[in-house]
Amino acid sequence: MSPDPGLLNPAAWKIEPRREIPRSLLYATPLLAVVLTVIAGFFIFLFMGYDPLLSLYHFFISPLLTLYGLSELMVKAGPLIMIGVGLAVGFRANVWNIGAEGQLTLGAITGGVVALAFWNETGWWILPLMCGAGILGGMAYAAIPAFLRTRFNVNEILTSLMLTYVATLFLSTLVYGPLKDPMGFNFPQSRMFSDSGLLPILLEGTRLHLGSGLAIAIAVAGWVLMTYTIVGFQVRVLGQAPAAARYAGFSGKRLVWFCLLLSGGLAGLAGTFEVAGPIGQLIPVISPGYGFTAIIVAFLGRLHPLGIILSGLVMALSYIGGENAQVVVGLPQAVTGVFQGLLLFFLLASDFLVRYRIRRRAIQAAPDGQTQAAEGAS
Amino acid sequence: MTLDILVPIILTVVGSATPLLFAALGELVVEKSGVLNLGVEGMMIMGAVAAFGVAVSTGSGTLGIVAGAAAGMAMAFVFGVLTLTLAANQVATGLALTIFGLGLSALLGAGFVGIPVAPLAKLAIPGISDLPVIGPLLFAHDALVYLSLAAVVGVAWFLKKSRAGMILRAVGESDISAHSIGYDVIAVRYRAVLFGGAMAGLGGAFLSLSYTPLWNEGMTAGRGWIALALVVFATWRPWRLLAGAYLFGGVTILQLYSQGAGVAIPAQVLSMLPYLATILVLTIIAAGPWKGRLDAPACLGKPFRPST
Repeated sequence: MSPDPGLLNPAAWKIEPRREIPRSLLYATPLLAVVLTVIAGFFIFLFMGYDPLLSLYHFFISPLLTLYGLSELMVKAGPLIMIGVGLAVGFRANVWNIGAEGQLTLGAITGGVVALAFWNETGWWILPLMCGAGILGGMAYAAIPAFLRTRFNVNEILTSLMLTYVATLFLSTLVYGPLKDPMGFNFPQSRMFSDSGLLPILLEGTRLHLGSGLAIAIAVAGWVLMTYTIVGFQVRVLGQAPAAARYAGFSGKRLVWFCLLLSGGLAGLAGTFEVAGPIGQLIPVISPGYGFTAIIVAFLGRLHPLGIILSGLVMALSYIGGENAQVVVGLPQAVTGVFQGLLLFFLLASDFLVRYRIRRRAIQAAPDGQTQAAEGAS
Repeated sequence: MTLDILVPIILTVVGSATPLLFAALGELVVEKSGVLNLGVEGMMIMGAVAAFGVAVSTGSGTLGIVAGAAAGMAMAFVFGVLTLTLAANQVATGLALTIFGLGLSALLGAGFVGIPVAPLAKLAIPGISDLPVIGPLLFAHDALVYLSLAAVVGVAWFLKKSRAGMILRAVGESDISAHSIGYDVIAVRYRAVLFGGAMAGLGGAFLSLSYTPLWNEGMTAGRGWIALALVVFATWRPWRLLAGAYLFGGVTILQLYSQGAGVAIPAQVLSMLPYLATILVLTIIAAGPWKGRLDAPACLGKPFRPST
């Protein structure tokens, strides 16, 4: 045996769970994950034969240099933040709604149907009615996995995901069938909504709409809910200490309903905002996967509503950066999905540093040290 | 209905059941070891693109199949490092694997869209394969179909009779006990996860080399998720899994034939059938009189880190 066990000897290291999770690390690791993703992106671009620095510049920086780019960032961040906040509440309580994409689609349909019912009318009441319908549509759709989980103990992950495929097909049935624009030359799309069915534009010359602003307000409301209300407290206890929650008499079933209806309602509202904002009608595909990306947003934001505002902006950049890099450098659009997946990988990997502490073993007297080393190697 | 119509229908069922069977059988072994890998869809589509790319580039279907299995394993290895070595949340990691796989496969496969590939050769036995009815039904499939059926037998035997299978089940039922009597929980789970990846990759390879045979972005279309549901449906038993996969294969192709028969239902509604059937089946399984005896491995989804 060499005189010094050396830093490479695994037995010289000890991995132990941390008793307390340091806040600083908890909030620094998402940043680390972003940095690692950018570095990985450098090598992916290099490997694919693109100029890596130029590609990274057009992916992550040049979209932010114009007012229009910034407004698009907000347009894309809005739905991600709204859905992410709702999902994060559920994830804290171990309720895994991964069908937000489907609930978004349903919300777009119900909100859109209201707009189309009044396509020939004007009135301030149309927009609130659409939003109400969108929330209810998303909630109703999330109620299916909630009912199946609380009544029959069916895993909500699989049911909510299966319903996403059904929702997309349902929307397609509608725009190819009953909701098709009679004057639309047989294209699979509905009529355009009337002006009363469109969200007001906040910034002239851009697509920045009222919904993006409301998304921020919703995130703040989510923070208040989780920090200052009984329900928020129950959700946190249920996630962290299920036994304690049962002992305190919190109803697990009611919280499952709460989490699914909240996240479903927010996803539905996000769907209505999409069709009443940037799109303006019903078309076969409403969202570029916001419902799935919002899962990453929730984790990257540390399941904290204010963190989710930041992570929503980062993930929105992955969309507009992808579009920009496609136009300018000719990168395939699919790069966005790769980056999003990588980011979540790096985040989950760096979580190890948050939850565990890696320490050097104290090298003690020779015989004792040897037994320790043997233990570590086995 | 004459046999002339029935035979092609059954052949289509076999085609749509085989990828489900591969992926679900792999996931069954993974879950038996106590690990929940929700990334089946991502591993499957990477298998599909790798198999297609290699088969087109080399002209060899066999190399394509090997590449498909290897790509699935590579994805599974990433999952293993995160969830087993770094004890990350299995649900989140599985979702990341799916998002990553869908993106990466679209990126790698961009150049292969619309290119034809020679479908896998059917293993024909001269004389016997030409027999009416029995010939095409039993003796004229490609190697992957037979491999999937052999895998059912193999996995059933492994889990029930072999020593390694018993250790794997022990690890899935009680990781702490298995660890304390000296089994290497993490190593057992790594092997199971890699096997699951290879099987999902084979399922993807079958899709792109035999079932379609074409490459398309997102062509797995939720089959990885249906495979996950099948494992629950089969209550973690290989033989029931075989029945379930063929049942679902039947539902999937129902749309093709009811359209052919002129049933006036929009195509999209028929396409919903496999997903709705999955939900229905999961509910029946959870609510039926046998509930409580589902036999889900006790440690399913719980991270384990040996205390050193």
